[in-house]
Amino acid sequence: MNLLRLTAMEALEMMGRDELSAGDLTGAFLDQIDRHEGDVAAYLYVNEAGAREQAAAAGGRGGDRSLNGIPTAIKDVLCTEGMRTTCGSRMLEGFVPVYTATCVSRLAEAGVVNLGKTNMDEFAMGSSTENSAFGPTRNPWDLDRVPGGSSGGSAAAVAAGEAMWALGSDTGGSIRQPASFCGIVGFKPTYGSVSRYGLVAFASSFDQVGPLTRSVRDAALMLQHLVGKDPRDSTSVAHPEEIVIPRDQDLSGLKIGIISELSGGGIDAGVREVFQQAVRTMAEAGAEMETASIPHAEYCIPAYYILAPAEASANLARYDGVRFGLRAQGARDVIEMYEETRSLGFGDEVKRRIMLGTYALSSGYYDAYYGQAQKVRTLVVNDFDAAFREFDLLVSPTTPTTAFGLGERVDDPLTMYMSDICTVPANLAGLPAISIPVGLDGGMPVGMQFMGPAFSANRLLQAAHSTEAAVAFDRVSPLIEEQD
Amino acid sequence: MDYEPVIGLEIHVELSTRSKMFCGCRVEFGGEPNTRTCPVCLAHPGALPVMNRQAIRYLGRIALALDCRIPERSIFHRKNYFYPDLPKGYQISQYDQPFAVEGGLSVNVDGETATVGIERVHMEEDTAKNIHAGVSGRIAGSLYSLIDFNRSGTPLVEIVTKPHIHSPQAARSFLNRLKNTLQFLDVSDCNMEEGSLRCDANVSVRTVGDQELGVKTELKNMNSFRYIEKGLSQEIERQINMLENGERIVQQTVHFDVVTGEISPLRSKEEAHDYRYFPEPDLVPLVAAADFIAEIRGEMPELPADRARRYVSEHGLPEYDARVLTSDRELSDYYEESVSLYGDAKTVSNWIMGELLAYLNNAGVTAGECRVTPTALVELLGMVKSGDISANIGKEVFTGMCETGESATAIVQRKGLTQISDTDELESLIKQVIEENPSQVEQYRAGKEKVIGFFVGQVMKRTGGRANPQVVNRLLKERLAE
Repeated sequence: MNLLRLTAMEALEMMGRDELSAGDLTGAFLDQIDRHEGDVAAYLYVNEAGAREQAAAAGGRGGDRSLNGIPTAIKDVLCTEGMRTTCGSRMLEGFVPVYTATCVSRLAEAGVVNLGKTNMDEFAMGSSTENSAFGPTRNPWDLDRVPGGSSGGSAAAVAAGEAMWALGSDTGGSIRQPASFCGIVGFKPTYGSVSRYGLVAFASSFDQVGPLTRSVRDAALMLQHLVGKDPRDSTSVAHPEEIVIPRDQDLSGLKIGIISELSGGGIDAGVREVFQQAVRTMAEAGAEMETASIPHAEYCIPAYYILAPAEASANLARYDGVRFGLRAQGARDVIEMYEETRSLGFGDEVKRRIMLGTYALSSGYYDAYYGQAQKVRTLVVNDFDAAFREFDLLVSPTTPTTAFGLGERVDDPLTMYMSDICTVPANLAGLPAISIPVGLDGGMPVGMQFMGPAFSANRLLQAAHSTEAAVAFDRVSPLIEEQD
Repeated sequence: MDYEPVIGLEIHVELSTRSKMFCGCRVEFGGEPNTRTCPVCLAHPGALPVMNRQAIRYLGRIALALDCRIPERSIFHRKNYFYPDLPKGYQISQYDQPFAVEGGLSVNVDGETATVGIERVHMEEDTAKNIHAGVSGRIAGSLYSLIDFNRSGTPLVEIVTKPHIHSPQAARSFLNRLKNTLQFLDVSDCNMEEGSLRCDANVSVRTVGDQELGVKTELKNMNSFRYIEKGLSQEIERQINMLENGERIVQQTVHFDVVTGEISPLRSKEEAHDYRYFPEPDLVPLVAAADFIAEIRGEMPELPADRARRYVSEHGLPEYDARVLTSDRELSDYYEESVSLYGDAKTVSNWIMGELLAYLNNAGVTAGECRVTPTALVELLGMVKSGDISANIGKEVFTGMCETGESATAIVQRKGLTQISDTDELESLIKQVIEENPSQVEQYRAGKEKVIGFFVGQVMKRTGGRANPQVVNRLLKERLAE
């Protein structure tokens, strides 16, 4: 049996019936890492010995062990006590946190096995994982293509059978876009529903942690353990309803809007075709599908690329060589030490965004950039409010194209930024959104994005699960397939 | 031409909460360096701030004591700049929506009461402490620098006055009054040496009658009110001289050297930082709901003016006494404790305003630091009242108590100071005195009754002041009348 094809729900059931041991399960994933990690490079650190130990111990512990033995990959943007956490940056090469992120602790308490830390664009800034200081990750469907980003390592690990599921973080699409590129499920929760404590900040008012999984039900399962108020994160709130595992049912009774601004021009013809096919399938499954509008959608990318870098310019000021991480040697005074440390420690994209953000906040420019972008943000929130008065949910393609080639866009930041065009609106408005695979275009996966009102995770997961079943996309990457 | 100085003050107050502003670390002065730290106040990756509710309550007390308006919603901003004592690379502070605005504090200057307007009161966090190794103790030319993060994240309240102060003396009076108020509020140690109270002053001059403000300079980080007064005088003189000479004043930070008494420019405002303030996304807005403010109002400690009124109405003290006694929190507490132990408020006040204050001023210690506790003072007052010792001896004993820390009883016994009221012992002394001074006896009998004082003095001298003056008086009158 090819254990790599299992979802976490299936594996838990089998382990519950003693048909599978946690040790064998983790072993299967570690073997796959052995076979393919050299090509895929999903991980920055593989916790091999630790994972085997945790798996061996998974049988006998008390407490809430409802995720016992599930082999999990963790994006390297999340702090893990005693285990190095680099954010894909030279700045934090060899940095070992003294505490663990709340979301990681919650999964650990439920018994997951920590397979290791996954590659990412440096400080989560990027859409291809090519901005990692430690080399790019490759797409398991086609090793010449990018896995998307910034959670590219987590998405590739799940798609390659190198992890059963993974944690990622999403600031402008960093969970959904790589999930879409790698043919898996990626969920960005409502802002505030998952604690950001221990998530290394990129843009604090956008960042959310969420699951990358092989099925919608797995996403719901992991989310059950992630949500909740954390006294260490003032922006976190208690999720108003308990997350439930979606049932098998059709889409009837749901009125779903197709966002015209995000599904027409600017979207590749091939992607559009797969998307429209999925829309037809949803209608057949009972959903009322109509055109919807987010009138200010075209301003989302410009607003996002002012606000997120502005916050980042402050969030990344702490990497100054004083207390931890890299410090340039030989500087004559403290200013020189700052300059050299930050010149050496940060890559080009991080520097670009720090400069963008610093500029946008500078006196004389604040109103024209930061102030104006905040207004756009309010308009987008209002757009969604209006749309959700009419529709239960909204859909669009997750990305305008399928995974592009390695190196194809590295010298063209603007085209790279446009890969986030469909995902950024949900971050601006703080809304929950999920991407599920709905087909292939030229052999590469195409994702469909669902967006819902704040805290509508259950509605969103149910609709995504019903669509997943109706579309019946059952393909996995060749790297998993070859183990059949 | 006549010039008028215009002064505005910015005061930073470290709150004496148990824990820091945004994490659970202890607030404590003088701990082993870097032992009161955590991922939050060291700005480790991924750490987040969480507001300290107690600090907000203290902030509320200050705002209410300063008669401020408290808007229902205020927000935190990030103030961005690089310095090794600022671990996050930004300070969490408040900017255009501060916690409290539009207040005032009335101050007595040269017998007149004037209200100094309060522009704003806001919450922020303190920085860590840099220690520069090398001769000067300053960063320039130091061998290396060490950082102690124990102070990093200590709750800090900034109070900004309107430019309503027109003399260095008034600035000092205002600061004394403010410090006293803060101490009564139980929100800060207000210890300038330890840096829990710090002050910057903005000053400009203009010709009297002019409505526009002149170009201001800023005196930073002055560590005593006396130096602030001196520094301001010095800077005002410098500015007036410049204007008289037709020179232009440059907006800049100036440094007052307390040793040489000289003013030197520190840095020009033109090269000042662009702090790039923007709303702090890690914190939610601070909502000062009506019931929260009412709660704070309910737990407000008694302020100096209230205490003074009570001393007049309930203790029957003269207003002057009441004002002096409430000019200092420790002095007022000292008085209250003494009265509660002794009862007679006016006697206690007399001793505190006379003997205790004289000693405190001389020795340069505070009422709280004085070796003579209220209990010890009350023991002494009891001995005077019962007639064991005279009031004059009592004062001598008090001085001894301050010097040695001994109790009144111990000093009186050791020195044999018990009052002599025994008539037999006094009779023989009086007899001697009368015999030895026949001419004064003549004068007295001729009607010059004032001479009695001379005889009393003689008896006192021979008893080392221990004779009971009332008994001596009575006996002398009897003998001289014979």
